[in-house]
Amino acid sequence: MHEIIRYIESYLKTKDLTPGAAGNMFWVLVYIMLVFAGLSVAVIAMNWLERKILAHMQVRLGPMRVGPHGLLQPIADAIKLLLKEDIMPTEADGFVFWMAPFIVVLAAFTVFVVVPFGPTHAITDMNIGILFMLGVSSLSVLGIVMAGWASNSHYPLIGALRSSAQMVSYEVAMGLAVVSAILMTSLNATGTGTLSMIGIVQAQQAQGEWFIFKFFPLGLIAFFIFAVAMVAETNRAPFDLAEAESELTAGFHTEYSGFRWSLFFLAEYSAMIAVSSIAVTLWLGGWLRPFPNLLNGATWDLVFSLFPGVTFLFFAAICFYNTVRMPKHPLFRIQTIGLAGFGFVLALIGMVLFVPAVSMRVQDIFWFSAKVAGFMYMYIWYRGTFPRYRFDQLMQMGWKVLLPLGLGVLVLTASVALLQQKIWHP
Amino acid sequence: MLIGGIMVITRKNPVHSALALIVTLLAQASIYLMLYAPFVAGVQIILYAGGIMVLFLFVIMLVSIDRSMKERQFNSQWVVGLIAATALGGLFIAVYTKGPSIFPDHVLPIVENDNTQKIATMLYGQYMFAFEIASLLLLVAIIGAVVMAKKKI
Amino acid sequence: MLHITTLHYLVLGAALFLLGVIGVLTRRNVVIVLMSIELILNAVNLNLVAFSRIWGGLHGQVFAIFVITDAAAEAAVGLGILIAFFRNKETVNIDEVNLLKW
Repeated sequence: MHEIIRYIESYLKTKDLTPGAAGNMFWVLVYIMLVFAGLSVAVIAMNWLERKILAHMQVRLGPMRVGPHGLLQPIADAIKLLLKEDIMPTEADGFVFWMAPFIVVLAAFTVFVVVPFGPTHAITDMNIGILFMLGVSSLSVLGIVMAGWASNSHYPLIGALRSSAQMVSYEVAMGLAVVSAILMTSLNATGTGTLSMIGIVQAQQAQGEWFIFKFFPLGLIAFFIFAVAMVAETNRAPFDLAEAESELTAGFHTEYSGFRWSLFFLAEYSAMIAVSSIAVTLWLGGWLRPFPNLLNGATWDLVFSLFPGVTFLFFAAICFYNTVRMPKHPLFRIQTIGLAGFGFVLALIGMVLFVPAVSMRVQDIFWFSAKVAGFMYMYIWYRGTFPRYRFDQLMQMGWKVLLPLGLGVLVLTASVALLQQKIWHP
Repeated sequence: MLIGGIMVITRKNPVHSALALIVTLLAQASIYLMLYAPFVAGVQIILYAGGIMVLFLFVIMLVSIDRSMKERQFNSQWVVGLIAATALGGLFIAVYTKGPSIFPDHVLPIVENDNTQKIATMLYGQYMFAFEIASLLLLVAIIGAVVMAKKKI
Repeated sequence: MLHITTLHYLVLGAALFLLGVIGVLTRRNVVIVLMSIELILNAVNLNLVAFSRIWGGLHGQVFAIFVITDAAAEAAVGLGILIAFFRNKETVNIDEVNLLKW
């Protein structure tokens, strides 16, 4: 016991906490647990947010009954899914049927090993970070193909084939957009770029502008290609032909029920968060606060460091406002108390985040999470707004529109970068 | 990795074989990481496990396998095959027991952080010609595959 | 703990190669034969990267990348041939590919 305490103390005393600096199992496990817990909370919150935001976009209210304003709805959903009967089709291949959701979840969660939440806040910093992320997220295609085949019925088979063809096609466009962003990391003094995720954000910091604004409009077009490809990659609207309810009776996960279905669902949301964090790291400057160079100086730093606390206090204020607006009926008493309690918890977190010691450490994680949350909102917005693409239109767009556009952006970015290095600023 | 390899060649169901091959390829990627070749490991995961195996699984699903699973699995010439493989294995053993004198031990170079950059320099500098030929080969392979699988040319 | 020398990697590569050769020579299902060919190519890659580790230069790794690329191309063409053949004969048995012209 004393050994453990002394060990923890010796680790906390080291000043340079680079990712994986301890190089040993204990801290890696702690980081992994933290990221996993954060991710689970994010997925649960996404479930609730999706239903509420979609409902408000469609001028209705969404779940209101389960907790105050439906806040306990995801928990109710989880309990329902866990208690459902676990059906396996008789002719299905048992081993493959069992393995398929496992592989998809594995691929979706392993990606978070290299996601950079801050300059020293990543589980590890592989120097092939972005390559690893692209590769592991392409392993989820395998899981989907296996799921469709193992169900031994034609709806899942067609859904799986369509879904995996779509994912593979848009991976190519994604890869090209990523390459043209990596190209921009090499515009430094030594002329060598980097594939590590933390290195990419540090390159953006050194060059003083986010890559989305670099070589205008090339960075913007590359970001646009990636944004479209990432929505298609995760099988979300408007590219959700393979799993939409009205099209193919839920596609490749038709025959899965209960807990296995919730694994697919979990994997889908965490894949969404994963590709959003790729987009945020590559184009939107990772953990850097907005306007790092334009509005620099100590006062602006102070202003921007107040943002985390202010955000939580804003949410707490919304909670209190809704508490006051609750109907004054004795049956609603529990919900009112629950909502007020939730508001107090949020306000407490906001107060804690004002303390400078805490806010210094949380700053990077907050900005990263805020940008990823923006992307999540865009995902829900797309689902509520756009009509669905037909499958041949989808494939046409992937190969005939995004691929040439990506190639063009790559070539133009390379030539502009070369011109900048050699001729304009030698 | 060896277990994966054995399962590839002995399974009756081609889908199980493909899964075993995926396991083998992922194990191979981790061995590349042990050999301080991170870029090749990344390329292996993206291309082999994420691309080629998807292609294999597609084709297995399109080609009906129910009839083939009920037939005999192994060739009529399997004895000769095993003898040939044993001869090859004997050759390997003869070479490798000549000893570690032929293959020097690990030199233990410094762990590089710029493996990718060095590979890129070499790929675009020294092996540029091979790079262009490889892209031409891929173009020919794409056209060939499309032509072969069409219903009418 | 066993000190892992180069020989271990080479023996592993040789074992995979042997497994692939056995697979090619003894199986009747065309798809499994193609997958055994992929095993052979992987064994070769392992040897290449192991040698590049000893001698220090990265030529082995570059060659391994080219081998992976060529394996992809060859798998695509091989599977195309398989599909074209299957459409005519309705079987994936190699023993039935015994007519030079029909």
